Amino acid sequence: MTKLITPDTSLKTPTRRAALKGLGAAATLPLWARYAQAQTSEPIKLGFQMHATGIGAAYGRWYDRTSRAAVAKINASGGINGREVELITEDDGTDPARGAEALEKFANQHGCDAAFGTLFSHVVIGSAPRAGELKLPYYVVSEGHHVASGILNRYTLQPGITDVRSQIQAMAPFVAENLGKKVTMIYPDFAFGYDHRDYFSEAIVAQGGEMAATIAIPPTETSFTRYFSQIPRDTEVLYHVMVGPAVLTFVKELGEFFGGRGPEMIGFIDSLEAVDLASPGLEFLEGSHFWEGNPRYAQENQSEYDVAYRAAVGVDNNGASLTDPSDVSTYAHMFGCWETLHIMCDAMVASGYRGPQDRAAMIEATEAMTTMDHSMAHPQGPKLFNGKTHQTFGQQYITKVEDGRLNLVHTTSIEDGLYDDPVDYTTQSF
Amino acid sequence: MGYVWQLWADGPTILIALFEGALLAAVLALMAAGLSLVFGVMRVVNVAHGEFYMLGAVAAWFIASQIGGSPAVSFVAALIVAPLLVGALAAMIDITVIKKVNYDPERTIVATIGLLYIIQQGTLMGFGAVPRAVEPPFDHRIAIPWWEKVDGVWEMYWPWGLSISTYKVFVIVAAIVIISALRYAMTHSKAGLIMRATQLDSETAQAFGIPVGRVYAGVFGVGCGLAALAGVLILPIQQAHYLMGGEALLSSFIVVIIGGLGSFGGTIIAAIIIGMTDSILTIFFSPIIAKIVATLLVALVLVFKPTGLFGTKRQ
Repeated sequence: MTKLITPDTSLKTPTRRAALKGLGAAATLPLWARYAQAQTSEPIKLGFQMHATGIGAAYGRWYDRTSRAAVAKINASGGINGREVELITEDDGTDPARGAEALEKFANQHGCDAAFGTLFSHVVIGSAPRAGELKLPYYVVSEGHHVASGILNRYTLQPGITDVRSQIQAMAPFVAENLGKKVTMIYPDFAFGYDHRDYFSEAIVAQGGEMAATIAIPPTETSFTRYFSQIPRDTEVLYHVMVGPAVLTFVKELGEFFGGRGPEMIGFIDSLEAVDLASPGLEFLEGSHFWEGNPRYAQENQSEYDVAYRAAVGVDNNGASLTDPSDVSTYAHMFGCWETLHIMCDAMVASGYRGPQDRAAMIEATEAMTTMDHSMAHPQGPKLFNGKTHQTFGQQYITKVEDGRLNLVHTTSIEDGLYDDPVDYTTQSF
Repeated sequence: MGYVWQLWADGPTILIALFEGALLAAVLALMAAGLSLVFGVMRVVNVAHGEFYMLGAVAAWFIASQIGGSPAVSFVAALIVAPLLVGALAAMIDITVIKKVNYDPERTIVATIGLLYIIQQGTLMGFGAVPRAVEPPFDHRIAIPWWEKVDGVWEMYWPWGLSISTYKVFVIVAAIVIISALRYAMTHSKAGLIMRATQLDSETAQAFGIPVGRVYAGVFGVGCGLAALAGVLILPIQQAHYLMGGEALLSSFIVVIIGGLGSFGGTIIAAIIIGMTDSILTIFFSPIIAKIVATLLVALVLVFKPTGLFGTKRQ
């Protein structure tokens, strides 16, 4: 639960005195005083489907911190339509069945106005049909192509983060031009990984390259060397993307496997999210490239928005927690929660949202959105939202490991990632 | 002739598979030996066995991170202390939980399922959901060359991944030493004699003055301690995570069912079979095929030789 006026205590350990001061300040300022202009002073409840446990826990922890920071910012500027925003968190265990249950609790038990926050694609795919049945707006932060592909429904949107298909389409030319044309891909064996396999294979062929091999690894796997032995010897570029609790083991074993004699490497930062680049055994990554949704290390051309966003979520210039430098964030993804919450806020304002009877209007207001400028609400960069496919498009960042940090070498344009609409959700009834 | 050349060309891959398979077999043998020991002596199917493996790894991480300093010192401390701690905890659980249900086969299964969740979720609450890594006390890699015929001339090359990790060799050797020591203790020491007597007929053993209750607590402690030891040994290769026990439990059950519940030698042989086939099938086919084959083997064994390949009928 997000508190309204007390400082966000999740990011720094508060002293007892600071906590008392915060409580004191809160006590002197009645809630209605700030939201007096609203017709109802009931808070707007947003259900946060969080990967608190299970294989997505590292993401869940940071999605939580980012979401709470975003809600604190939204509330500090008057909430939504004069009403306080309250975050209701439910753990989905990174499990599709529990994900659907979480949505039911949001709708029936907590009386939430909308839900958001899911990352893992199998959880999104497992939960979205329930969101449609419950008629609960469901804003996912998942990267999967499942939203735009048309397999979900009108109640499911992904306005705050780009999808894998678009990311790959934008970065494939860089791979073919700078790294090599014969690519072996290692990907996680579930929906998110299949997006990588299918769309990258397509994109690299379009660039005149070819796939040497595609190697699927279950995301629950704990030992990887035996999979690496399937990498063909004539591989020029190794494209790796891995998720799950064992990503550090994955990259370490990758380094041990090649022993400094490997092919060029480009990884999706997912393989390293929440992992300290300075961990022993990762030295071999020097000189290799990464796709990042949002650069973990503060770059030379860092925007004022990134500076303020980092401060708000409690992340330093190396992408780690301000209070614990070993607690590395999932910086390339978590901005999606921040931006999604701002978009939900905008949609509720634009539709004059009052209560669950206005859920359809909220979705229509979101569908009507198009360009989103690089701003405090969109610190990752400008976006172009497609109301028909419910999917946003944006810039992608390719960074290179230099002196143990990820330095930006290429930024793709929004246009690089555009594709024809596979679906038009606006034709579906509510 | 073509097959031979293909086999030769695949040589590096096969060697990697065998090496990784040997590592898996070593860890499985330790795990399954503990499970088999507990079943052999106490007739208790410990469904929480995988959680003791996880507890071993988590305790080792905690001990190593508390001690700090050189990885060698902190790891050795963890290697000794963590299994003892977990073993002691298991012995306590035996006295306070399993004894209370009178070692009744059905009720102990339900009780240990409960323990599984309590230990797993307790670890989640205390240790968190973040995987934790520990530095190996030592690790050197010795690359191995291979030869291929290029335009009729043999040329040496260094295949990716074909190397021996000294730490992984240490794990394999450690597993062999520990299992041999356990086997020796079972057959040559007085404690082993008491255990075997209890295994054969606990009532008669009791009549001869063997404190069966304490033997059971000790056996449960040793069995779970073995799982914890496997967890400590694997920690520098993998990471400690509160969910790591599930897969380990499943593999251990596959091993003990194929080897014969309660049969020590059978367990070891089954661990080698499963470790090797899992590794080879994963490399040349897919991890799903490896799981299918292992589960199919279990089914076939249960149909044609329900006591396991090396198990004997209980009198």
